Amino acid sequence: MLIYTLKRLVAGVITVWFIATATFIAMHQVPGDPLMNDKAVSDVIRQNLEQRYGLDKPVSQQYLIFLSNMLPPDPDFGISFTQQNRRVNDIIKDHFPVSAILGLLAITFATLGGILFGALTAIYRNRLPDFIIMFLVILGISVPSFVFAALGQLLLVNVNALIGYSFIPVAGWGTLMHMLMPSLVLGLGTMALLTRLMRSSMLEVVNEDYIKTARAKGLSPIRIFLKHQLRNAILPVITILGPQIAAITTGGFVVEFVFAIPGLGRYFIQAVQQLDYTVIMGTTVFYGAFLVLMVITVDVLYGFIDPRVRLK
Amino acid sequence: MRLILAAQLLSVTFCCYGQVAATSVDYATQTITHALTEEPPQLNSMKATDQVSVEILGHVMEGLVRYDRRGNITPGVAERWEVTDSSATFWLRRNAKWSDGKPVTAHDFIFAWQNALDPKTASEYAFILYALKNAEAINQGELPTSALGVTASDDYTLIVTLERPIGYFIKLTAFTTYYPVRRDFYESRGTRYAADAKELIYNGAFTISEWVHSASLNMAKNPHYWDKNSITLNAINIDYITADSRAHLNLFIDGKIAHTGLDGETYKDALTQKLRINSFSTGSIFFLEYNHRPGRATSNINIRKAIQHVFDPAEMVNRVLATPGNLPGKSLFPVWVKGVSVRFRDEYPPPTATIDLNKAKQYLSDARAELKDIPPLVLLVSDSPIASKQAEYVQGLLLSKLGLKIVVDKQTFKQRLAKMSSGDFDIVGAGWGPDFDDVMTFGDLFASWNLNNRGRYTNPEYDRLVRVAMDSTVPKVRMDAMGELQQILFDDAVLLPQYEQGIIYLQHPKLKGVTRRVFGPDPDFTYARVVK
Repeated sequence: MLIYTLKRLVAGVITVWFIATATFIAMHQVPGDPLMNDKAVSDVIRQNLEQRYGLDKPVSQQYLIFLSNMLPPDPDFGISFTQQNRRVNDIIKDHFPVSAILGLLAITFATLGGILFGALTAIYRNRLPDFIIMFLVILGISVPSFVFAALGQLLLVNVNALIGYSFIPVAGWGTLMHMLMPSLVLGLGTMALLTRLMRSSMLEVVNEDYIKTARAKGLSPIRIFLKHQLRNAILPVITILGPQIAAITTGGFVVEFVFAIPGLGRYFIQAVQQLDYTVIMGTTVFYGAFLVLMVITVDVLYGFIDPRVRLK
Repeated sequence: MRLILAAQLLSVTFCCYGQVAATSVDYATQTITHALTEEPPQLNSMKATDQVSVEILGHVMEGLVRYDRRGNITPGVAERWEVTDSSATFWLRRNAKWSDGKPVTAHDFIFAWQNALDPKTASEYAFILYALKNAEAINQGELPTSALGVTASDDYTLIVTLERPIGYFIKLTAFTTYYPVRRDFYESRGTRYAADAKELIYNGAFTISEWVHSASLNMAKNPHYWDKNSITLNAINIDYITADSRAHLNLFIDGKIAHTGLDGETYKDALTQKLRINSFSTGSIFFLEYNHRPGRATSNINIRKAIQHVFDPAEMVNRVLATPGNLPGKSLFPVWVKGVSVRFRDEYPPPTATIDLNKAKQYLSDARAELKDIPPLVLLVSDSPIASKQAEYVQGLLLSKLGLKIVVDKQTFKQRLAKMSSGDFDIVGAGWGPDFDDVMTFGDLFASWNLNNRGRYTNPEYDRLVRVAMDSTVPKVRMDAMGELQQILFDDAVLLPQYEQGIIYLQHPKLKGVTRRVFGPDPDFTYARVVK
């Protein structure tokens, strides 16, 4: 188990290095100039700006400097181009927790909803509840989150107008009430995905021998459902949970934008638009490492949940 | 374990993000709440360039002079001043204080100006200080910062030596780059200066009481401000920061913010909601700029004249922009620019081309004769929806009226700038906003030495007229030169004015006294108040 984990970690480090290198190369291929702004500046000022960000050196040297700065234990991504007095490390430190909380809530919504609805559709297979839920699932998978975000916000505006009191805030960040709608909206896509996955894996286990044995033993249907069916059916759901956690935590930029949430996602997107080299590198490497870590964590956890995996 | 971690994360958030205020305006506490489209990227006044930073700085800092509610210059830190052709003297008020209670002195201005001009600071707005003796040479790294033409005869008297006579110098000193910076504080903060609420010291009507990046920025009345009795608001809270215009509108409808801008889309929703819509002219001019570099088809004057005779700015304003507040563009100089005694527009009416298809076709056939073949013209525009609409309109117009093929090149902000600088376009959709209250903020734009002259238009006569207006302090001489220059811009069809930008916004009916400005902080809530 330990060797397995270590192997995965080494592979993870190589993956992150690859992500960093690919991003670095791609970023420098994007046409445009990170130091250019509305007002043109003289050559002297430009040279000083280039010097400040190390852009006066050849690209290969910039790459080596970037790599050596990135190394643990004290990775330093430098200073932002757009906010010239903020370190990229501070940007990540300030804004990732917000994205993480939003993501954590969203994934909670998604998992609980996905398991519940998935189980329901399997139990009521080919009956009305199944059809209704599966219709909503298709909707949840195909409608992008920015549509849900805009609709969700509009719903809040109308509800608040109806009751004449700002019951749930329409945007902003700070209290649990602020987090409800954005995390629900963010989690909908994953919830739909998990529902479908849960449904098919529930249907798969329902005909297994151990279920038949349990029935023959005369166990109550509830007990069979909880103890035998659910426990076995949930495994595939946990497998995709790792990448989904990373995807939700990092992919919330549209929701952050609509609900005015100070998460890291908007920095990620704005940096690309503004060609903010240091923030692009910092956020990509950080998110890349986070994704890799999540996948490894889930793989390792998997062994604890399903003893069969551990034995192999 | 996971649960504990989640609980910890949650508690971290709760501790850092304070409770959001309940209403957009509050009479009893004189508090207002509004939203920003982005967080101010740079609150270091020596380096700020963007509108949002200038807006915030205008509330928390004060220069030697400031603009009053009507847009006229009024005393700020300086009680009075005297400007001659070669120098300017400012007498600072003794009760002007920083937010820690220490006095604002002449040395704070000297430090800020020297530092902004230091090439190591790499301030993009350093050029606005070039009115001072030796400023340009210092900024080019040819002289030390100590050579700057400014001294303090005592703590409260600032003496400026000017590079040359400059009639509008006093107006320049209202600009952000001219704000004071206190040396001991600045040096104690190092590279973190102005990065957070506590990393900045204030001498304006408000201080930043709390700043949570990308979430909120709250300003509180500054108890040390010398004119605090003129300030009614106790707090200006910015509780929402997002570029999503629909979120702004929703927040306004929900009663969470007192003021918000509208765009083409949200404008229609605001109309359906029967909200009272205000409009305001920003004073910026938008135009199509031609590439005058040799070898480009647009360097041919006949092509430019042909386009001039088919393009109708009024139609663009009414049919393409289709929101209130915009004015058809008539000249490089917007309607608000002041002339000798009244508006420049009234004293020197801009020449306008009649829409005349035959004339346009005549010009075009002359162009074809000279160029033999006219390649499709590249129209470079930004990637905003409104810029796309405009580009499509121009493309359709020139094809249907003149048979001119236009290739629209849509680019993101940085890419468009790179292409503008390298001259990779025939026509570019551009705009210019004023920095200070003088005709020169527009006049020198097409001078051969101006780095913002992206189409590289060069005309010795134009350059001469700019110099005449720069070197003279006699209003009549200056305006005459600018009048002639306006004629050249038209005769040479250097640019094609499209529209003077107007913006539309919503404001809470109980919020009064908000100033909208052409230059300086906009919107300005400094003298605003909440009525019952």
